[in-house]
Amino acid sequence: MFPINFEWIWDVGHMVFHGGLWYALGIIGAGMTYCIGKAVWDTMQGKGGHHH
Amino acid sequence: MDSALIPKGVKRCPTWQFLAWLSVFGAVLLWGVYAMLLCWFKGLNQTNMNDYYGFALWIWADLAVIALGGGAFFSGLLKYIFGKDELKNIINFAVLLGFICYSSALLILAIDIGQPLRGWFIFWHANVHSMLTEVAFCLSCYFAVLTIEYIPLILENRQLDKVPFFHNLSHNMHETMAIFAATGAFLSFFHQGSLGGVAGVLFGRPFAFREHILIWPYTFFLFTWSAAAFGPCFTLSMTWITEKVTGKKLVKDNVIDLLAKISGWMITSYIIVKIVETLYWATVTAPSKGFDVSHFYTNNGLYGWWILFAELIVGGVVPGLILIIPSLRRNSAARVTAILLGCFGVCLNRWVMVLQVMAVPVMTFDNWALYYPSWQEVATTILPVAYGIILTMISYRYLPIFPQEAELNPLEGAEEVEAEQEATAAEGAAEPATA
Repeated sequence: MFPINFEWIWDVGHMVFHGGLWYALGIIGAGMTYCIGKAVWDTMQGKGGHHH
Repeated sequence: MDSALIPKGVKRCPTWQFLAWLSVFGAVLLWGVYAMLLCWFKGLNQTNMNDYYGFALWIWADLAVIALGGGAFFSGLLKYIFGKDELKNIINFAVLLGFICYSSALLILAIDIGQPLRGWFIFWHANVHSMLTEVAFCLSCYFAVLTIEYIPLILENRQLDKVPFFHNLSHNMHETMAIFAATGAFLSFFHQGSLGGVAGVLFGRPFAFREHILIWPYTFFLFTWSAAAFGPCFTLSMTWITEKVTGKKLVKDNVIDLLAKISGWMITSYIIVKIVETLYWATVTAPSKGFDVSHFYTNNGLYGWWILFAELIVGGVVPGLILIIPSLRRNSAARVTAILLGCFGVCLNRWVMVLQVMAVPVMTFDNWALYYPSWQEVATTILPVAYGIILTMISYRYLPIFPQEAELNPLEGAEEVEAEQEATAAEGAAEPATA
């Protein structure tokens, strides 16, 4: 649920629960975005193509 | 046939043998899937749950696999945050087990809620006063973390690793794994705790109710502590079983010894606090609610004093002592006994905190309410076990789960084997062009 939804109430419960959820999802999303983006960049730079 | 996919420097059983075992466990899996479909299409009348047992076998299985899967977050915490680098040789397997345990927990919940199509309601129409909402949030997020920890392992498959993007992605994910591990530990602390908190806040059920620190009952902290303590026992148990099945040594003794020692101290410290807490509950909390502690362990055919003894002593004190005494810990038979007893102890604790809670009579006119699961409940509880075995078999065969395996089990004529595997891989790659 987001604060823009009609069920949202600005109380401690909503802020703590949903704040924690979006905080965790934010870290996971940002981390994966960084990993995938850097992998695309590295691949374009020709890294990771030589294995023995 | 599939030798091009098998990690370098290790030997696996013939494909026919692998497929034969896969089909055996696949049959069990299908039995579970059939029962699961019955529950989904016909409804929860397929179970023996009733007004006494809103929580039943599934919730016990859920809590048990989550506790046993705690080895993943605790091993990750030890390796990535506390710098116990030796654990890198067992962390892959811990992650795999965690992934299996948490995906199983979510699967069981998907059956238990009866209408899985409404599973998203808990996120959108969240009851922010419920510990179970916190559990659902943290469980889902932590499963995402475990998936992220498992993906690099898949990408390290011999053939996938040849694709530059996959190789780079796997490398980058390893580089940032500490962030994911820390997030996983944070999430685990709260959902393991809240699962315990659910029992501890039941003021209408004096068998479960516990004193609080601020808003958190003692069971909140005990559940987190016990998952961190006994989770590694499960990792070690499964490693031992895999070694027996494969007939190989897969992890060096110093790694096993370190994890067993940490687990031992965690179990010992946990069980001391648990015993003190139980004594306080028995002598202060329960009497303050009008109950003598003997009420919870008498006048029924199943839940006697033995269960308290089995949980605290057999499944707690004994494994804890064995694992903290170096001479016993280094004795293979004693160590295996201890880790198996540890797994038994934490599963029994979850049973008591879910099912005995439901069984104890609360009202003066009530009787003990014992419950027997239906075959559909049993089949759907065995389903994750079959799924776990299958995923472990596939992962062990094709992924570098145990980094020390090649070193501990050198192949005779390893160069010839590798050359043969390379030749098979080259043939496989050439096939589409020639077809």
